[in-house]
Amino acid sequence: MPQQLMVNLEQTFSVILFGIGFTLLLLHRNLIKKIIGLNIMDTAVYLFLTSLGYITGREAPIVLNGVTDVEMYINPVPSGLVLTGIVVSVSFTAIMLALVIRLYRRYRTLDIDEITLLARKEVK
Amino acid sequence: MAFVQNFPFFSILLCMFGGIVTSVLNKKAAKWATLLIAFAVFVLNALTWRYTLQTEGSYAFMMGHFPAPWGNEIRVGRLEAALATLFSLVMFLTLAAGVFNLDNHAEPQKQNLFFVMADLALAALLVMLYTNDLFTAYVFIEINTIAACALIMVRQNGHTLVSATRYMIMNLLASATTLLGISMLYGITGHLLMPQLQQSVAALHQSGQYQVPLTVVILLLTVGLGIKSALFPFHVWAPDAYTNAPPVSAGILSGLVSKGYIFLLIKIYYRVIGIEVIRAQYVLNILFVFGILGMILGSVSAIRQQDVRRMIAYSSVAQIGYVFMGLSMGTQAGTVAAIFHMLVHAIAKPALFISAAAMTDASGEHKSFHFLRGAAYREKAAGIAFTIASMSMVGIPLTAGFISKVRLSTAGMSQPGFAKYIILFALALSTLLNAVYFLQTVVHIYRRPTLEEQLTAPCPLRPMRKINRLALLSLSALTIILGILSGPIIQSIFVGLLSFS
Repeated sequence: MPQQLMVNLEQTFSVILFGIGFTLLLLHRNLIKKIIGLNIMDTAVYLFLTSLGYITGREAPIVLNGVTDVEMYINPVPSGLVLTGIVVSVSFTAIMLALVIRLYRRYRTLDIDEITLLARKEVK
Repeated sequence: MAFVQNFPFFSILLCMFGGIVTSVLNKKAAKWATLLIAFAVFVLNALTWRYTLQTEGSYAFMMGHFPAPWGNEIRVGRLEAALATLFSLVMFLTLAAGVFNLDNHAEPQKQNLFFVMADLALAALLVMLYTNDLFTAYVFIEINTIAACALIMVRQNGHTLVSATRYMIMNLLASATTLLGISMLYGITGHLLMPQLQQSVAALHQSGQYQVPLTVVILLLTVGLGIKSALFPFHVWAPDAYTNAPPVSAGILSGLVSKGYIFLLIKIYYRVIGIEVIRAQYVLNILFVFGILGMILGSVSAIRQQDVRRMIAYSSVAQIGYVFMGLSMGTQAGTVAAIFHMLVHAIAKPALFISAAAMTDASGEHKSFHFLRGAAYREKAAGIAFTIASMSMVGIPLTAGFISKVRLSTAGMSQPGFAKYIILFALALSTLLNAVYFLQTVVHIYRRPTLEEQLTAPCPLRPMRKINRLALLSLSALTIILGILSGPIIQSIFVGLLSFS
């Protein structure tokens, strides 16, 4: 088992990072740190994907000098998926930040537990 | 290729286009544009459904110019077309019925953005029904999540903001989990299109390679989509979000948005992993326990609520439990019943949310039961719609809910050993609990108010228009039509599901 973890070093680390991000997003009380956790988690998945597509000693799949041999290039599909994923996580970060700004303007705190308590006290 | 075969693609494009156009229109024009688009999508998908019924089975539609192992595809079969037809009809009727009190919840100059999100949610729902590509499915899961969050955020008060934040946090966890699952699946198979994935996974299963990653993938995808569809232990975000969102958003969220995720999970089970492989894992047992617990504890929580909308929200958790219980049987009959129950819930829940909102508005915006006494006399159409939808949720004959409960229990009878009795007991108990809170509410809203209460009755805030009432009653009529003419729809579901594996 440890040898397998060492062989797939990138995957091992990305899953550890995913765990860190997941825990931050789920359990941390500070909303900004939750968003940081979200970004760590998403980036971990991108590391996982890119390392799947990377083949040591090969180039990025952009045809240069007319070389069209498949053996020269890495797998472009995971890179494409990562690009799409980055767009998605940027929009999520934006929408979360917008929510946090609104919450902060209203309650003057970033602590989700405090905000929940304050919201409960408001009249419905 | 027949021209009709393009219609699913057209309907998706139409919704996306609608989302762009409505962002620059004013409130009224945006409303009519969205209603028109939803109706057009309904007509297009109904024609597609008719086409799939006339021809045998299903077809794959190539998106762009790249053939199967590389390009993107949508797949159209009877099941997808039937669900798309009914869901877009429900979307149309929900919007038509529910927009009457949007002014109470959202600033008028920003209301066109509500319709942008409704268009996007419909587009994402259609893509999740039709897509043949797992990564496209992921992208539209995210679009659906953003649209759903914005549909909650329409209302600008503290409770709604907190609910929207909680909704986002849970859904972001679920999205990342799903993405990790899809990435791992890509890592062990090298494919993203569903038919190719199914072949590779079957080969892996036979050769015994990558068993642990496969189990992890199944768990990650199940948990991710389970959180998003408010499956029982992951439902914590749901009641708050449904209660604090505007009623029309709550109807769309619990009726339609969550169904897209469940259908995607069904597709993953049948068309990506293969139900044989799923049965060999223990994931169905976990779903079974969660489904049963959701059915009972969701209803128990619903009984304890004082706010009528919170009660409906908890009842939603219970109904999702029914769907997952049917799915967890792992048999054809069980999944057919689960999909039919999905439809039943998709039609009844928007009607419940909107009619409850109409009655509370007519009673001076008091949401607790005490003030709802006699509310059905103040808003008669809403009273009728609430009664019929409640009857469907309880499972009274002639309504669609009855058919799905009969189907679920007959499917449960063929389960081996002890599971059979658990299913029947849970169904009986949950029906009883449903009857307690729904029929109690129905009796309460039809109780004549006392003279004193009549004198002090608050004036209605913003009554429904005729067109809203008509749409609401059409939703109720749809519940009864589905109950009486369930045969052809179940036939479509059955044949469509057979063509999955």
